[in-house]
Amino acid sequence: MARKTIRSIPQERAEMPVQAPDLRRANFDEVTLGFDQGNALLECERCLMCPQPACVEGCPVNIDIPGFIAKMIQKDFRGAYDHLTDSTLLPAVCGRVCPQEDQCEGVCPVGGSLEPVAIGRLERWLGDKAIAEGWKKTSYIEPNRFRVGVVGSGPSSMACAADLAKAGCAVTVFEALHAPGGVLRYGIPEFRLPNSVVDAEIGNLEALGVEIRCNTLVGRLFTIEQMLGEMDFDAVFVGTGAGTPKFMDIPGENLNGVLSANELLTRCNLMHADDFPNHDTPLGLGRRVAVIGAGNTAMDAMRVSLRLGAEEVHCVYRRTDAECPARKEELHHAQEEGIEFHWLTAPVEILGDETNRVRAIRCVQMELGDPDASGRRRPVPIEGSEFDFEADTVVYAIGTSPNPILGQTSSIRLNKWGYIDTDDDLATSLAGVYAGGDIVTGAATVILAMGAGRRAARSIRRYLGIRDSEVVYQPERAGFDGALFGMDLAEQNFTHIRQL
Amino acid sequence: MSNRETNGEPGPGARSDDSHGQPEDLVTSGFPILERTDFSDTTFLLEILHPAMARAAHPGQFVIVMADDQGERIPLTIADFDRDRGSVTLVIQAVGKSTREMQARCRAGGELFGITGPMGIPSKVSNARKVICVGGGLGVAPIFPQARAFKEAGAYVIGVVGFRNRNMIFWEEKFREVCDEFIICTDDGSAGIKGLVTDGIENAIAAHGDIDEVVAIGPPVMMRACAEVTRPHGIKTMVSLNPIMVDGTGMCGGCRVRVGGRIRFACVDGPDFDGHDVDFDDLMVRLQRYKPEEQEAMDRWSEHCRRLAAAPATTIDTGSN
Repeated sequence: MARKTIRSIPQERAEMPVQAPDLRRANFDEVTLGFDQGNALLECERCLMCPQPACVEGCPVNIDIPGFIAKMIQKDFRGAYDHLTDSTLLPAVCGRVCPQEDQCEGVCPVGGSLEPVAIGRLERWLGDKAIAEGWKKTSYIEPNRFRVGVVGSGPSSMACAADLAKAGCAVTVFEALHAPGGVLRYGIPEFRLPNSVVDAEIGNLEALGVEIRCNTLVGRLFTIEQMLGEMDFDAVFVGTGAGTPKFMDIPGENLNGVLSANELLTRCNLMHADDFPNHDTPLGLGRRVAVIGAGNTAMDAMRVSLRLGAEEVHCVYRRTDAECPARKEELHHAQEEGIEFHWLTAPVEILGDETNRVRAIRCVQMELGDPDASGRRRPVPIEGSEFDFEADTVVYAIGTSPNPILGQTSSIRLNKWGYIDTDDDLATSLAGVYAGGDIVTGAATVILAMGAGRRAARSIRRYLGIRDSEVVYQPERAGFDGALFGMDLAEQNFTHIRQL
Repeated sequence: MSNRETNGEPGPGARSDDSHGQPEDLVTSGFPILERTDFSDTTFLLEILHPAMARAAHPGQFVIVMADDQGERIPLTIADFDRDRGSVTLVIQAVGKSTREMQARCRAGGELFGITGPMGIPSKVSNARKVICVGGGLGVAPIFPQARAFKEAGAYVIGVVGFRNRNMIFWEEKFREVCDEFIICTDDGSAGIKGLVTDGIENAIAAHGDIDEVVAIGPPVMMRACAEVTRPHGIKTMVSLNPIMVDGTGMCGGCRVRVGGRIRFACVDGPDFDGHDVDFDDLMVRLQRYKPEEQEAMDRWSEHCRRLAAAPATTIDTGSN
């Protein structure tokens, strides 16, 4: 085969069918409908098969992207899927929610002069095909007698659990809510990531032998220390996320009709408030919804509000669209659906009516001043520019802070912001306890959390002495008596060096 | 917030060598209902099998219950726990659609779809020497484990509980066992003293000049009234707040309350707060948030029940899902 060049490949991206904005704003079906096989193969042809692929480096979990695309070109879809899932457990999820433009697609050389290869869409197509065909990886895994407990069932936990299960550990995942998936379940809405996809990916995890236990609030039902002690886990991974919503502490915040994006999304995605009263959880948004913030969560909250029947949805953001932290594609979709954006606008007070329901927000116009610590130009209020803005519901989507429960119930060391303190290997201050994802870094993306979960799994394997999937090596010194230089190892928390 | 408790210290001695299965008593789905007792036509008790929770629970904590997979997540204060039987007890007032549905469907031998907990910071059983434990309405049951904990800690415990009338009274014997004095208040005077729990508190304060602490659990109006009664005497008064919440783990922020001018989340910062600092007006306003939706759900449920009653061949599902 002649070597492909930028001139010889198809110049245009294969077409991705999308639901029309005026249709989709009234339903919870997916916005982008996915490639068909013909389009997928067409898009595969656009890959240059670089000998030193930048995309692999650009991927937080280092998926061998040309590798799976090569198998797709040969129409070996099963082989391509197996190759893909060596690196990622959740192709159908990541193909949908990864910010590919900043990762694999951002560094794709094709993107120098054309649109980069639509790697995310190919990944999604393979993931969806696997779900439709019922493909599972059922390779035999030699059990290694180690037990690992995983706290939380979001993306970092799922990635960590999968890698450890593949190494032969007996993995149990504990989830506080009644359904697993973490942010994939309660946060990301149905039209971006259908629950059926989350269910399928969780099914893959269970097929690896991972046990998932819901309704289990670690910290309060039992502590991390108890997991390592009487519950007999050899190691623990903590992936509890950064789920506590922030508010601004402006007047009127406790009025009825003011809520966090987390609450709105949880009521809708997890509790199915969109189906009230068949499901018991209400939401009651009213006619006009104003969302404060312009990140991905804000976009989700706004687009959910539209689909729940709000007549007008407004975005209030104190900087401009250039600084808006949402993915460009999400912003674009939101604009197409008719959401009104008010840039350089900051709320100063929420106004209520005589029944203490939200009536309006008082905002002030901003202008951009000198750059701040983040390098972005700092918004400063323009004096005398206050104006009132009618709204029935005000949603806060201005970020989250770490969940306090583990800090309250365990001696694990936190940093000054309340996130779990780890070293480069994601080891915490407790021996045998590793952490990753938003609870370490603060709010980030699904794929970064998955990358952290995989990194923690590597560290846990090393900690347990598992060099590869089958072989467990003896401790190097025979007759190890548990004391080293007069230190009591148990006292120093070296409790997990075991004779094999 | 210095509640850093570690119940079981890890250590090599704690390991049992080859028990590689889960602890067998860790129930995490399909929670069996062991017993049900009806105290009145609105109040009933459910005893749920959950040994791990019974071991972990402390007075003042709560659980989130889902009766079925389409239900709401309902926060309920733990009324009692029995570590020997491996059970937790909930006392439920059928006031809204979800709790009425539970009243109609939950039977001994059935199961709950979900129960998660214990949640919240356990009540601090201070070393007060003389305490008044006040319960009214929904709060009568959950004040019991607090009274017992104070008794076990060596305090002189005065129990004050309020009921509408003598027919509503429950757990009198249980309370008398752990209280040095026990005052029942009824609205109509059909038992104990005629009046509200605040009258009971005033009587107790009048009789004892040395009350160190008051703990009050009940409807917000009652807790506010209790806090106002003790404020002039400068007696520390702890209350247990019950705002609307979804997840109960600090994630939704629906349960935010104003305490001492600051926003706190009742689920992870509470549910106990100093009653003299709580903004009860704010709490009561926020409890009204879903009134129209609650009414709609209630109307639908009443209609559903009316239809079932009109069709005698159909029996109410005993709720095994």
